[in-house]
Formats: sequence, C-alpha cells, structure tokens
Amino acid sequence: MAATRIDRRMAKLKTEGRPALVTYFMSGDPDYDTALSIMKALPKAGADIIEMGMPFSDPMADGPAIQAAGLRALKGGQTLVKTLKMASEFRVADNETPIVLMGYYNPIYIYGVDRFLKDAIASGIDGLIVVDLPPEMDEELCIPALKAGINFIRLATPTTDNKRLPKVLQNTSGFVYYVSMTGITGSALADTGKVAAAVKRIKGHTDLPVCVGFGVKTAEQARIIGANADGVVVGTAIVNAVANVLGPKGEKTADPAEAVATLVSGLAQGVRSARLAAAE
Amino acid sequence: MDKPATPNSFRTGPDEQGMFGIFGGRFVAETLMPLILDLERHWNEVKNDSDFKAELTDLSTHYAGRPSKLYFAEGLTRHLGGAKVYFKREDLNHTGSHKINNCLGQILLAKRMGKKRIIAETGAGQHGVATATVAARFGYPCIVYMGATDVARQSPNVFRMKLLGAEVRPVTAGHGTLKDAMNEALRDWVTNVEDTYYLIGTAAGPHPYPELVRDFQSVIGTEARAQILEQEGRLPDTIIACVGGGSNAIGLFHPFLDDRQVRIIGIEAGGRGLDGIEHCASMNAGAPGVLHGNRTYLLQNADGQIMDGHSISAGLDYPGVGPEHSWLRDSGRVEYVPILDDEALEAFKLTTRVEGIIPALESAHAIAHAVKIVPDMDKDQIVIVNLSGRGDKDVHTVADMLGMEI
Repeated sequence: MAATRIDRRMAKLKTEGRPALVTYFMSGDPDYDTALSIMKALPKAGADIIEMGMPFSDPMADGPAIQAAGLRALKGGQTLVKTLKMASEFRVADNETPIVLMGYYNPIYIYGVDRFLKDAIASGIDGLIVVDLPPEMDEELCIPALKAGINFIRLATPTTDNKRLPKVLQNTSGFVYYVSMTGITGSALADTGKVAAAVKRIKGHTDLPVCVGFGVKTAEQARIIGANADGVVVGTAIVNAVANVLGPKGEKTADPAEAVATLVSGLAQGVRSARLAAAE
Repeated sequence: MDKPATPNSFRTGPDEQGMFGIFGGRFVAETLMPLILDLERHWNEVKNDSDFKAELTDLSTHYAGRPSKLYFAEGLTRHLGGAKVYFKREDLNHTGSHKINNCLGQILLAKRMGKKRIIAETGAGQHGVATATVAARFGYPCIVYMGATDVARQSPNVFRMKLLGAEVRPVTAGHGTLKDAMNEALRDWVTNVEDTYYLIGTAAGPHPYPELVRDFQSVIGTEARAQILEQEGRLPDTIIACVGGGSNAIGLFHPFLDDRQVRIIGIEAGGRGLDGIEHCASMNAGAPGVLHGNRTYLLQNADGQIMDGHSISAGLDYPGVGPEHSWLRDSGRVEYVPILDDEALEAFKLTTRVEGIIPALESAHAIAHAVKIVPDMDKDQIVIVNLSGRGDKDVHTVADMLGMEI
C-alpha cells in the first residue's frame, strides 16, 4: 500500500533521531467543540501523531479514566459520525499530522465496514487501532482497511510470545503498539528495563516502528521509554488533564485545551531529550 | 460463514474459528488471545477424555444430585387443560439452579490448567453462588463481580457467596448490572493473566466458552430426552426454556436440535413491553453486533452503543445472548418469543399454588409461555419446560411487586 501520513511522519522522525510523541484524546469529551479545540492544540504543543478515541459504552480494555471520558463524550452526544466530522474539521488547517482512530469494533460494524472506510479516508484518517479485533478476526476490518489504504495498527502485549508475534505482525502496518503490561489503560508503568527488552524483542521480528503505551504519564517516563522505543503513547494522563478541569456537574473550571497543551508540551520535551540522554 | 440455510445437522457448530454462521468468534484484546487459545487447547484435550468425564459424572451425581428429575406437572396440566406439562427439575440441583452443571465442568478444567484463582461475573447471583460453591469445594480463592444494582436486589445470594468464602466486588459502572460485571471481570482477567481462570456463567463470550458451557449444560437435554422416552415412550412435541445469556436453554435444546418434529421455543425477557427500552429481548428487538468477545444479537442504538436492558428477573437482564441462539434464530430452528414481567409474575404465582413449587423468576418466563400455548394443544401432546432454578432468591422482588412486606 502507498505510504500514509504515519509512514511519512515516522520516516521524518527517524532522520531527526528522536521518538514520536503519540497522544490519545477522547473525541467528544466533554463536548464536540471542546474536544476539537483539544485536538487542534495537540500538534502545536508537540504531538507527532494523534490518536482519536472513539467512545464506546463498554470499553473492556480501558481503565476508569478512559471509561469515564467515553461516557462523558456519549452523554455529550458524540457518535462515530461526529468523530469523523471532527477529523475532517481538523484536516482543514492541518494536512500533515497523522490521525489514528482508536476504539472498539461494534460502532464500526454497525456503521458498516465499507461505508466506514470510505468516510474515514474522506475525513483524513490514516490508521486504525481496534482493540477487540485480534489477527484471528482479520477478515472483518483489517484486510479491508489495508486494501483501502488505511494502516491497521496492532497491539502487541507481554502475553504475545515469539511464537505468536509473527501472526500479530503479519498484517500490521504504520507502527506496532506495544502495550507495556498486562492490564487496562491507566495502570502503573511497568518496569522500564523489561519494556526496553520487549521493544528489542519485537524489533527482532519487524522493521516497523515500535511505539510503547499504557502507563506513561510524565515527561520523565516519556524520556526513559523514548530512549529505546520509536514512539511513546500517552493517553490516560491527557484524559485526566481534561477531567481535572471539569467540575462536579461537568462544567469547565479552566480551558481543557490549555490544560492538555501544558501537559503535552512537557511530554514533548521529554521525548525530545530521550535520545540525547541515551547517548550520554 | 457459508453455512447452507438448512444444514443437515444443527449440532455441528461452532466451526474451527468458533463461529456459528456469522455469530460467535473471538473478539478480544490481544492480551487475552493467548489465554483463549490455551483454554481451547485444554478444552479440546478434556472433552473426549474419559478420566475427565468420569470425574465430572461422579461430582454431578454425588455432589450436585444429578440426574435431575423429569416431573409430570399434573396440577398445572389439569389447570391448563391441554397438553401434558413436564418440568425438568434443575431447581433441585445443589445450589438451586442449572448453574452448577457448568461450574463443576469448568472448575475441573481450571484444575487441569493449573490455575490458582477463580473469577466470575454474576447477575442474579445464581452463577456467583455456584462458582463460589465449587471454588470452596476445590479450595480456590474466588472473586465475583456483580453489578451494584444486582447486589442490592439479590442480597441473599450476596450473603451466600460471602459465606462460601468468595469476595463479592460490586461494580458501579454503567447501570451496575450483568453487562458491567462482565466488563469488570474481563478487566481483571486482562490484568491477572498468569494465574487466573475466568469462569463464565453463560454460553456466551469468546470461543471456546459458548461451546464448552453448552456442552457442560447439555446434560439437561440429554437426560430430558432419555427420561421422556422412558416415561412417555416418545419425544415431546414442544420444549421451552428461558433465555438470558441462554445457558439453560442451549443445554436443554442442543440434544433435541436434530429431532425436527420437536418444536423448540426460547423465551426472552419482554420486561414492560418491546415498544420501549424496558426489556431484554435482544433477538426480538436487537440487531447483530460485537460485545464481550462474540458477535450476537444485542440491544444497541444506531451508533452501536450497547443499551441497558430491563427485566423483573436479574438473570435475564443482559443485553446480549449466546451466539448459538442467534444462529438458531436466524436459521429458523428455534423460535424466540418475549414474555412480559407481569406474565412471568402470574406464572410464578400459579406454579407456586398449583404445583407447590416456587420457580425462579427466570424459569417463570418459560412457564408463562407454556400457560399461553398449552390450552390450545391436544391432551395427548407433551411439553417440557426447563425449570432452571428455584425461586427462593426472588421472594423479596416478588413481595415488592405485589406490594407486600416480608
């Protein structure tokens, strides 16, 4: 398939000699307009790739923070139609930053796979992470997405052993998302030494960039993980930055986009100093 | 995927991918995939292992009290004035419902796999109690996830689980019912992958659960089929069971699926009616979708978000259904019809009075359908209703509905 924005961005960062900062936010949290302003703030604050969370009523692999963000978004009227619309609106001013949609399969299945892929491309989507579609179910969405020119980014986990890894990597493109631990999003960061070893192990099986997520919350953690990984994914910390400026009734006590931008700027500095530190 | 509309046999599923037609499958996070494959490998080893079968049969006989009786419900038959009604008495099992059949099978599987910790989800608490029971019997620590709403309305079962040594963790997410408990159990499993066995209570979830739960529950139908041949010398005309996730129903139905002359009816929770959203009739009012590891009929909105259902009966209060039922629905082999809360309550009261049996509200849904169709059937016809559980747990709910104080 032709190179996507993800492939181009990853190649560029490789020449710069630094890892990517991959930032997750929940589309529609706490409402459409605020979420769009957060999305626009991400690249300005130093995010290299954007993951847009597609809210789902039953997010089985997510921790309480992302669950709550998804429910806020749904309560605010977010739908998959609106998530795609948000991506198109973002694309008006930014045609370079890669966008990856992340979520669960059912809303896509109900939307209709063919219709979804057509509309996703029209909205400027570059990649998909669908948590509940393992390689055993590749015919559902992965193969059609690859044919349509959209990267299908697979999660590899500590339970994905060397025997299984080739199956997981087979139809993966864009990058590999290494989940640093067994568990739900937002748990404590795993032993960084083990993460580095796992990244090395995966790189022995693929030339794709390997990004690491689950548990990265601070600039310092981003720096340490980024020393070995091609990208660092931050999600729960960003979702929490939004939640922290919402009052008990969901009213905004400060500008969520600004709160996210402050956090992401710090993380971006961490990522940018990752290889310098490693070289010392 | 390419199964013919009318297969030669309805009993060959699932295929190697865990599919019943378009239903079933393995829609889980990668973290769980190696565990599910490992479970499948062990399951394939034990399902034809004579030692495993012998151990399960011994426990079923001496611990659970099998075979359960096939009882001619003479009082109800006389009252309805039509076909002869038989009850398959799963209510007489140890722990008071069919749930023990599956729990005994799965705990032996967990033991074979060398697991150290048991987790489960529960709605009405029947599966939680059965799981806590087998965990106590085999010396495993046990954690049961239960929606906070269900914890409140099924307090006797919560107490039983605690007495049995299980830890009951109330789940407040969503509406605090079975679907939310299942999400939380999956989160536990994805976190504790090394030592934990997830003992799913119904014939749903990722492959191989729908198959193995069905096979453990099929003892119901296998016995009932032999018993009716023994007692009446022929097969029944109609068999009826209630369907939440659908484990008692698939257990009764499966051995009869290729007896084409037997009419098979599954009863969904019609709640307060299918016009609104206060029901749990996923096959009558839902659409196929993907949740909890399988594709099946689900209650959902136009955006693919899962809805919370309603039923007077906590055990039927699940917005999905086992994938094999979805396939049996679409293939036309089994009819699925809704019964309202009020109709179930009437059947509950009637059975209590004319049979001296207090049925679970879940089972009362199945009886309620028999009450509807039996009077129009001939007196020499036979109907078997699966009395999946006893109703002691429901007396508080029924008292509330009747405006009585206990």
